[in-house]
Amino acid sequence: MLFSKKNKEVFVNPLSANNPVTVQVLGICSALAVTAQLKPAIVMGLSVTAILAVANVVMSLLRKTVPNRIRIIVQLVVVAALVTIVSNVLKAYVYDVSVQLSVYVGLIITNCILMGRLEAFALQNKPWDSFLDGVGNGLGYAIVLVIIAFFRELLGSGCLFGFQVIPECVYECGYVNNGLMLLAPMALILVACIIWFQRARNKDLQEK
Amino acid sequence: MKALRNFLDKVKPNFEEGGKLAMFRSVFDGFETFLFVPNATAKQGTHIHDCIDSKRVMSMVVIALIPALLFGIYNVGYQHYLVTGQDLSDVCGIVSFGLAAVLPKIVVSYVVGLGIEFVVAQWKKEEIQEGFLVSGMLIPMIVPVDCPLWMLAVATAFSVIFAKEVYGGTGMNIFNVALVTRAFLFFAYPTAMSGDEVWIATDPILGLGGDASVVDGMTGATALGQVAVAETGIATVTDAMGTPLTTMDMFIGLIPGSIGETSKLAILIGAVILLVSGIASWKTMISVFVGGAATAYLFNTIGASPVMNLPWYEHLLLGGFCLGAVFMATDPVTSARTECGKYVFGFLVGVVAILIRVLNPGFPEGMMLAILLMNLFAPLIDYFVVQANINRRLKRANKVK
Repeated sequence: MLFSKKNKEVFVNPLSANNPVTVQVLGICSALAVTAQLKPAIVMGLSVTAILAVANVVMSLLRKTVPNRIRIIVQLVVVAALVTIVSNVLKAYVYDVSVQLSVYVGLIITNCILMGRLEAFALQNKPWDSFLDGVGNGLGYAIVLVIIAFFRELLGSGCLFGFQVIPECVYECGYVNNGLMLLAPMALILVACIIWFQRARNKDLQEK
Repeated sequence: MKALRNFLDKVKPNFEEGGKLAMFRSVFDGFETFLFVPNATAKQGTHIHDCIDSKRVMSMVVIALIPALLFGIYNVGYQHYLVTGQDLSDVCGIVSFGLAAVLPKIVVSYVVGLGIEFVVAQWKKEEIQEGFLVSGMLIPMIVPVDCPLWMLAVATAFSVIFAKEVYGGTGMNIFNVALVTRAFLFFAYPTAMSGDEVWIATDPILGLGGDASVVDGMTGATALGQVAVAETGIATVTDAMGTPLTTMDMFIGLIPGSIGETSKLAILIGAVILLVSGIASWKTMISVFVGGAATAYLFNTIGASPVMNLPWYEHLLLGGFCLGAVFMATDPVTSARTECGKYVFGFLVGVVAILIRVLNPGFPEGMMLAILLMNLFAPLIDYFVVQANINRRLKRANKVK
């Protein structure tokens, strides 16, 4: 019952065929802003996953009590409360990452994926389904962030997780890190490449 | 000529579907149409054909680029001999050093760019598109001589794929491919693309260029670079050895700079070829210069910094302004296509180029960004010109009614 066929789909779909970033093209701004390095990208992905999962459950529990006219306000309050908690947790335990992420943790409130899932899923579905949907979408977002951050950090600073992986002898031969990778436009081009790759592989996603 | 035609006809079946060499169909097709204007005629509608197809147009532009390229080769060698204090009358040595520095760049640019074009053409079962003939020649001309070959290869690959093929190939691109290459290099590898050390080849290449080392007191900054860092008043612009430059020096072009941009004389010859053959639009070209001159003159009258004080005619002579105005702003694909729009497009390119130069000390050269920016607005300019025309004619039609 917990992992019925429908539930599995709810969880797996956002990871690939209905990915919030590459298919629905939501949450692009933060995907550009926090992906210059892997560590902040992973923390950001996990934060969004946690907030989205809990917010989905809360809104799903409240779905019958909240009057339709004020539902957006209620969603905002729920998300804002969760974001504040996550932001303080990050400040307490991974201070350096929270400094790197700066305003973007706070801006999770405005992340289109959150409002999108709350509106489109949590308000119509049971808490457990909503929880899976939240985790699935959060992870789908996180995967894309990690892929982008991997290439940006590797090609832009020659590091992964802050450790240098491109050996020194390559630099001595004249290799230079690609500075464009550290700028936001390249993140956009990488998102485009992922979308390109995914659509080329997946015939269902191709527009006629 | 006849023999060549016969030979092509003889080997042609090998390249057709099912032939032994079918995988090189696009390559064969490309060379055949390069050598001979295709005989095909339109199947429907009324069309007037002449022999100027895009391969002929591109070849003409390449021919027009040759004076600037040859001068660039000479200048690369000349600057090297100058800063190493060697005999400047050794023309043979100068030219061979220049060739050793520039030829590999041309080869890399063509091999990478045409390689991608061939693969894409074969893959999509289309003809090879000839647009890269010009871009491939322009790319080595707009980079500093010390730009490493692998960077050039990466940037060329990036711009052919992301500025051209993803939009649908030649004729569909929004941005000038050569300038995207340069912009990629500029933002990805700033140390290899700007500063004082990249404009003059100081080390011997392939054993050429003598074994003398750099003379003390040499400065490798471009003229615009020197103006940008000058503090107050009117900047004195010097060549690599500290001799002040006259306006004539800037026109002739034996000064540090990107390979093909320094000589205004050679670019002028190219411009004449393009204008006489009717390939580039004089409207765009003139209005770029008018826009640049007007803006620079305006800044001259304000005169608050050395860059503003740089006389307007020297603004036009220095940096890539001329090369951009003649060969890149006039690119028929990425510039405005309506006749009236060409004036607007060109004028704004000139204005923005000088604006960037003067107001942003981070970019001593504004032409690249100006042309790329206006490429983006070209369709909008065209839209308004076409709408204005429609409205005018509508008004006339209504009056008659």
